[in-house]
Amino acid sequence: MENTQLTAAIAALVPDAEVKHGRQFVEVTVKSEKILAVMETLKETKDTSFDLLVSLTGMDWGTDLGVVYHLRSTVFNHMIVVKIMIPDRENPSADSLCQVYPGAEFHEREVYDLLGIRFNGHPDLRRLFLDSSWGYPLRKDYKDDVNIVSK
Amino acid sequence: MEEKTNTVSLENQEYVINMGPQHPSTHGVLRLVCSLKGEIVQNVQPHIGYIHRGIEKMCESLTYQQIIHLTDRMDYLSAHINNEAVCLTVEKALEADVPERVKYIRTILSELTRIQSHQLFWATFGMDLGGLTCFFYGLRDREMVLDIFEETCGGRMIVSYNTPGGLMNDIHPNFQKRVKDFIKYFRGVIHEYDDLLTGNVIFRERSMGIGVVTKEQAVAWGMTGPTGRASGFSCDIRKHYPYSAYDKVTFNEVLHTEGDVYHRYMVRMEEMRESMNIIEQLIDNIPEGPYTVKMKPVIKLPEGEYFQSVETARGELGVYIVSDGNKNPFRVKFRSPNFVNLAPLNMMSKGYKIADLVAIGGSLDLIIPDIDR
Repeated sequence: MENTQLTAAIAALVPDAEVKHGRQFVEVTVKSEKILAVMETLKETKDTSFDLLVSLTGMDWGTDLGVVYHLRSTVFNHMIVVKIMIPDRENPSADSLCQVYPGAEFHEREVYDLLGIRFNGHPDLRRLFLDSSWGYPLRKDYKDDVNIVSK
Repeated sequence: MEEKTNTVSLENQEYVINMGPQHPSTHGVLRLVCSLKGEIVQNVQPHIGYIHRGIEKMCESLTYQQIIHLTDRMDYLSAHINNEAVCLTVEKALEADVPERVKYIRTILSELTRIQSHQLFWATFGMDLGGLTCFFYGLRDREMVLDIFEETCGGRMIVSYNTPGGLMNDIHPNFQKRVKDFIKYFRGVIHEYDDLLTGNVIFRERSMGIGVVTKEQAVAWGMTGPTGRASGFSCDIRKHYPYSAYDKVTFNEVLHTEGDVYHRYMVRMEEMRESMNIIEQLIDNIPEGPYTVKMKPVIKLPEGEYFQSVETARGELGVYIVSDGNKNPFRVKFRSPNFVNLAPLNMMSKGYKIADLVAIGGSLDLIIPDIDR
């Protein structure tokens, strides 16, 4: 499907989402507590069938944390970007996608490790690269006086 | 005198052994914690992060030209293709038109990179399964590709030959002749690879029907590259989203449906031949023209988000750059193929023997610096 058709299809499927045209892809921002249901809908609906989770990125937007999902359909070869925002920096959490996309398991562990976002319902949420003595290095307010040289 | 016999049987009790981080078959510092029952694998937990360098964090304080040199250090066998991924993303963001000459040279070098990567895969995979001769044959031929790189790019593995907008330098005057000589030579000796390993009875017994992944599983776990294509998952970025000069060449996407270790190996063997076809279509037709467009010394991307996928020797590498308009990116994410392909290792090796785990791990062709980043 072309991006304009996708916009209409997604607006019908997920009524309360914020849909906009990015430079490349349709960008859909949904409420973080609804992400699991939205993903299931996008995957199961025949016209969209986003069955491949290409990439899962943890973000620190400065004020809010967030997760960016890049999805692709192996049937239609179209792509979409789904985003959630997590305003709570002290105790951030979102629903895990492991039951929809099993491949999300390592991605979510990485995001937990580097940004500290907890994923509810993840089968094995442990830190992936670093040990527990580290903070969350990909956060913008991360300070490390020993290992990071700042100008 | 009463004879003491050891009657403890390991067959019915579960125990844990540790493989790596310095085990030869893990191809780097990957640690696998394996639960076994007798010889049968019950559970495999990969422990990674031994060479985590924080490349994504480092990128946030570097300029776009500097980032390219870090991408070499991720998947060092696909160094040129990684460079290309970042350059394509930056060029897409700036809406810069790259000369045709650059596109052709990039494509030829990408395919040479793929050939030498698969040669090293063949060499080490044979060695994992006990065929030490493969290692010498594979490295013998790979050396010729590395010499071509050295002459034109200045580096053998860590090439850093791409820059946003073009290439560092023009190609060496000998480049076309040497590439053609190599293709002619390699077409003559590639049958040795099949003679040595593909037809070997022990190799076939150890690889056929081992570590089977269905197409549904491959899509669900996001396995791309030769690993996904061996299961019948058509995931070749060069075919579906052509970049550089891939829309100007005809080539086949190698697909198998069995999804076992043997067919992951076969996909790579056939891809080497396809890569040679692609190079032959381009090498005599490199257009004249400049080797780079003029770029500002300090590149600032317009505010926004950019995503570009390329097909490395191991699968889909996605580069996701978020820019806030400054000379440094706000956030860079590399969707690395090895990281995604490692995740289903537990699912793939459950129920097989511990020796098969070596074959399965080898057939994924893991590069650990790409997993850790």
